[in-house]
Amino acid sequence: MATILLFAPLAGALIAGFGWRLIGEAAAQYVSTGLLFLSAVLAWILFLGLEPGTQHIALFRWVESGTLSVDWGIRMDRLTAIMLIVVTTVSALVHLYSIGYMADDPEWKPGESYKPRFFAYLSFFTFAMLMLVTSDNLLQLFFGWEGVGVASYLLIGFYYRKPSANAAAIKAFVVNRVGDFGFALGIFALYWLTDSIVLDDVFAAAPALADQNLAFLWRDWNAANLVGVLLFIGAMGKSAQFFLHTWLPDAMEGPTPVSALIHAATMVTAGVFLVVRMSPLYEYAPAATDMIVVTGAVTAFFAATVGLVQNDIKRVIAYSTCSQLGYMFAAAGVGVYSVAMFHLLTHAFFKALLFLCAGAVIHAMHHEQDMRRYGGLRHKIPQTFWLMVIGTLAITGVGIPGTQIGFAGFLSKDAIIESTWGAGTSVAEFAFWLLVIAAAFTSFYSWRLIFMTFFGQPRDSHAHEHAHEAPLVMRVPLYALALGAVVSGMLWYGSFFGKHEQVNEFFAIPAHEETAAGAATAEGSGGAAGAGHGAVPAGGSHMTAAPGVAPEGAIFMLRGGEVMDRAHHAPKWVKFAPFLAMLGGLALAWLFYIRNTALPQRLAATFRPLYLFLLNKWYFDELYDALFVKNAFRLGRLFWKGGDERLIDGTINGVAMGLVPRMTRFARAVQTGYVFTYALAMVVGIVVLLTWMAISGGAE
Amino acid sequence: MDNLLSIVTFIPLLGAAILALFLRGDDPAARGNAKWVALITTLTTFVFSLFILTGFDPSDTGFQFVEEKEWILGLKYKMGVDGISVLFVMLTTFLMPLVILSCWNVKTRVKDYMIAFLVLETLMIGVFTALDLVLFYLFFEAGLIPMFLIIGIWGGQNRIYAAFKFFLYTLLGSVLMLVAMVAMYMDAGTTDIPALLDHQFASAPLQVLGLTVTGGMQALLWLAFFASFAVKMPMWPVHTWLPDAHVQAPTGGSVVLAAILLKMGGYGFLRFSLPMFPVASDLFTPLIMWLSVIAIVYTSLVALVQEDMKKLIAYSSVAHMGYVTMGTFAANQQGVDGAIFQMLSHGFISGALFLCVGVIYDRMHTREIAAYGGLVNRMPAYALVFMFFTMANVGLPGTSGFVGEFLTLLGTFRANTWAAAVATTGVILSAAYALWLYRRVVFGDLVREALRTIGDLTPRERLIFAPLVAMTLLLGVYPGLVTDITGPSVQALVENYHQAVGAAAEGGAGAEPRAAAEH
Repeated sequence: MATILLFAPLAGALIAGFGWRLIGEAAAQYVSTGLLFLSAVLAWILFLGLEPGTQHIALFRWVESGTLSVDWGIRMDRLTAIMLIVVTTVSALVHLYSIGYMADDPEWKPGESYKPRFFAYLSFFTFAMLMLVTSDNLLQLFFGWEGVGVASYLLIGFYYRKPSANAAAIKAFVVNRVGDFGFALGIFALYWLTDSIVLDDVFAAAPALADQNLAFLWRDWNAANLVGVLLFIGAMGKSAQFFLHTWLPDAMEGPTPVSALIHAATMVTAGVFLVVRMSPLYEYAPAATDMIVVTGAVTAFFAATVGLVQNDIKRVIAYSTCSQLGYMFAAAGVGVYSVAMFHLLTHAFFKALLFLCAGAVIHAMHHEQDMRRYGGLRHKIPQTFWLMVIGTLAITGVGIPGTQIGFAGFLSKDAIIESTWGAGTSVAEFAFWLLVIAAAFTSFYSWRLIFMTFFGQPRDSHAHEHAHEAPLVMRVPLYALALGAVVSGMLWYGSFFGKHEQVNEFFAIPAHEETAAGAATAEGSGGAAGAGHGAVPAGGSHMTAAPGVAPEGAIFMLRGGEVMDRAHHAPKWVKFAPFLAMLGGLALAWLFYIRNTALPQRLAATFRPLYLFLLNKWYFDELYDALFVKNAFRLGRLFWKGGDERLIDGTINGVAMGLVPRMTRFARAVQTGYVFTYALAMVVGIVVLLTWMAISGGAE
Repeated sequence: MDNLLSIVTFIPLLGAAILALFLRGDDPAARGNAKWVALITTLTTFVFSLFILTGFDPSDTGFQFVEEKEWILGLKYKMGVDGISVLFVMLTTFLMPLVILSCWNVKTRVKDYMIAFLVLETLMIGVFTALDLVLFYLFFEAGLIPMFLIIGIWGGQNRIYAAFKFFLYTLLGSVLMLVAMVAMYMDAGTTDIPALLDHQFASAPLQVLGLTVTGGMQALLWLAFFASFAVKMPMWPVHTWLPDAHVQAPTGGSVVLAAILLKMGGYGFLRFSLPMFPVASDLFTPLIMWLSVIAIVYTSLVALVQEDMKKLIAYSSVAHMGYVTMGTFAANQQGVDGAIFQMLSHGFISGALFLCVGVIYDRMHTREIAAYGGLVNRMPAYALVFMFFTMANVGLPGTSGFVGEFLTLLGTFRANTWAAAVATTGVILSAAYALWLYRRVVFGDLVREALRTIGDLTPRERLIFAPLVAMTLLLGVYPGLVTDITGPSVQALVENYHQAVGAAAEGGAGAEPRAAAEH
């Protein structure tokens, strides 16, 4: 069943991509969409009926060389199952939505067939993503990792006539490759250390890595930390974390369904998935997890600040995605992997909803994306309006504080914020405050988007006149996602962030391991919360993971249990903090964009440098362009003209000076057609040399 | 078939002889006949070479299909293949029919052109099958001549300069190799390659002109061979002949050059340098590592700013060969497996990329990147094929390009983390230059007037690309096809190498390395 699930999208991609000439454009769309719904149904069946424990399904051999042996295969456990439902559900809905959205795209001339290509790419993306999440080893994971990268590249550059789309596509691919650079080195290092890149072998060896050093570049490093950091660099690229985030906003050049599927719900969460998947390693890499917490929190904050002032509806949501991914990393970094996955799951629903709603708005407004030209759309497209409000309620985290009743984001995001408080380290405390502030910003920009789009007076009356509700085929996926955005938090709160037994049962973590881990953590941290972080591996490694045996369970939470406990028993103000931040953001947005609409401009004028700083995304693009892009081209030209032509060829031509007269004579010969004579002469020359060699050698 | 290797090696020569002796005239019919004779000859060669593959026993690490005969002047004619060489033979016989097909539109001196390629095929196969030093040298050097002619006669504007640059560069390297071969013969008393593989060349320090040479005779021999192989490879900084040669060569010539001729250097390192001079190889490993790493970064950056498509791909070839040398001298299973894999894979991918350039060159007669743009609008099939090989070239997993890159880097990481880390930046740079090229040629709006009527791939062109796509995918998804064959031989090579190096280090530089290891 898992195999069918995995290969149905590939079949869809091939049929749509190559078979559409036979079956027609419409059939190509329906077939690929149908196959994805098949995958989605299978994924839900697997998810709901998942047996405890990890299953391995081997498909066939892949790379083998010496002790390196890697197969194509499927690893089926709770973590895989969660990713499967997220990927296939969102993908199936996006396929369906695209039938409507792509129906007549003004980017194309009449008669051009672009739809089969679009669906083929979407399905291919889904296949690669499924290969990524079902992987049983790091190499297949890398295959999926690069596969989704290519699909993303192709889809960002889907409008290949637009220079901006082409540039964005290349940028996305190359920036991701920077991350892959770290990822690949991480794989190499792991293979060196453990002689395997199969997950179970790596997990089994992980505790030992904490006490091992690896000479890498100029010094020795703690092996676990080094590998952890290198793999995380890969995750940073794919998940658009601080420093490697610049590609994500530009990726909005792709069609909106792509943004929803790839750049919000699935591909960008691959980095989070990687960290969670490698939890048995990260639990022994305290420095690496600290780095994850800081990077996640800073990204959450940074992206939220930029989101405050953007005017392109898709870019606002893109920065919001970037920011929410930071939340997930922060959770994974403090060791509560289940909560990271919780937010990944809920985020997939409400962010895909927001993007697809934005698509419906864009569709209604004749592909206008600037929010300054929107306004007053509430009455024109009421269904979209209400659906988007649901998405906004979910992302901003509306719910009843102190209970477990609320929209999806309320439960998952607050769980993250509480967890960072519960971790108790100074790094986590730093993260806690950044995340609370980011929560306020999130609320502000999300409501700003709603107010600018749907309230007030229409600012572009022509487009407003013709605005119309999206067709049914586009609205159905919206309703499905809205359902997820409302209930997914309440439904799975217990499984991801509830009592220990519940979480353990859900992730199939054996009870004894959890208690041992809990005891170890307690011992390691010695009750002093602040010192706990660094001491955990030293104190805990002997007790919990027997050397040479991979821990059971889909995730490994050495510290997580205790952190969750403290998060549950956090003081009232901690639990209310995100809620209050959310209210503050909402109030300000209302003040700025409903009550006194002149205020934002006045403020921007007063704090102009700050405004420009945020509007220009902290000048990262300019900085990277000057630092890397320009210099790469400059160096290339220097090496070419200065190195190859002047230095190397110059030297060689100088040496060859003596041969030049002969060369010209040769040249004339070639031109006059006596070449074969000369060729013959050369053969004779060689034969003479050989004869001499044979004779003189024989005389020795 | 006792003489299978000789048959495979000399069928193309036979075809060339038939063309030379029996085909007269230069009318269209004669031209057509020449092409058909060449195509049938290369196809026959390929079919016969399949018998080698099916009859080959990978678990036997020695030479197979060995033929040995007395030859002129007391020289021996000896041939054979092992796990390291057999696939290069296959690569050659597989690609040559495609090369002939790609030359279908050549108009000038068609018969001579076909003869040149057929002779070249014999010589290339000979390089990979020869088991006698003299025979090897003969094939290795003689291969220069047809290639020189192909560039010099059927090349572009600056063909004379490029042909001579190519010729002088490679010839100068080989002169040193010839001297080394004479020295080897004097030392070992034989030109038999298997015997030489068992021979211990002295590695005690030597005094030459008052200078102490660490690694002794081995070091000197190693350096002489290095001069030749490094040029062929080509390694930085003796790579500058390659871009010129490629730019001036006709499409078919470029394909052969990139796909097969470059592999002779890598094969030479594996056949001679590593197993025959292990102590010296060990000594010079840092040199190779750094030259390789420089090649990867330097030429990738140079590729980024190229304005000529062929030059860009040529520079990219140099970068990819950097992985090969690096993996070879990592001297472990993954590194060497990866190096061989990378060479084979590069044969398909770079060959296909040069064919991609050839397709549009045939139509527009320019290789200038700026002359193109928006081809996808008129050539969707071409865009797809070009995209596929662009991605294979940047090492996308699932294509053969990935496996070679990954294994060589994995192997290198064990040998030298600095080299591995710097070389891994190549994955970033290769993506940049390859996609940048693709974007400028294929994407964008079609604005140039000249391109408005450009046609998509013809059936003949599709026929050429199909097997290349198939091989690139097949080896990417199921690389066992290669590593199963190379594995045991590589394992033996690596084990012997480390034994010899270890023994030399243990017993002091002067001890007999392998004799000590046998105890």
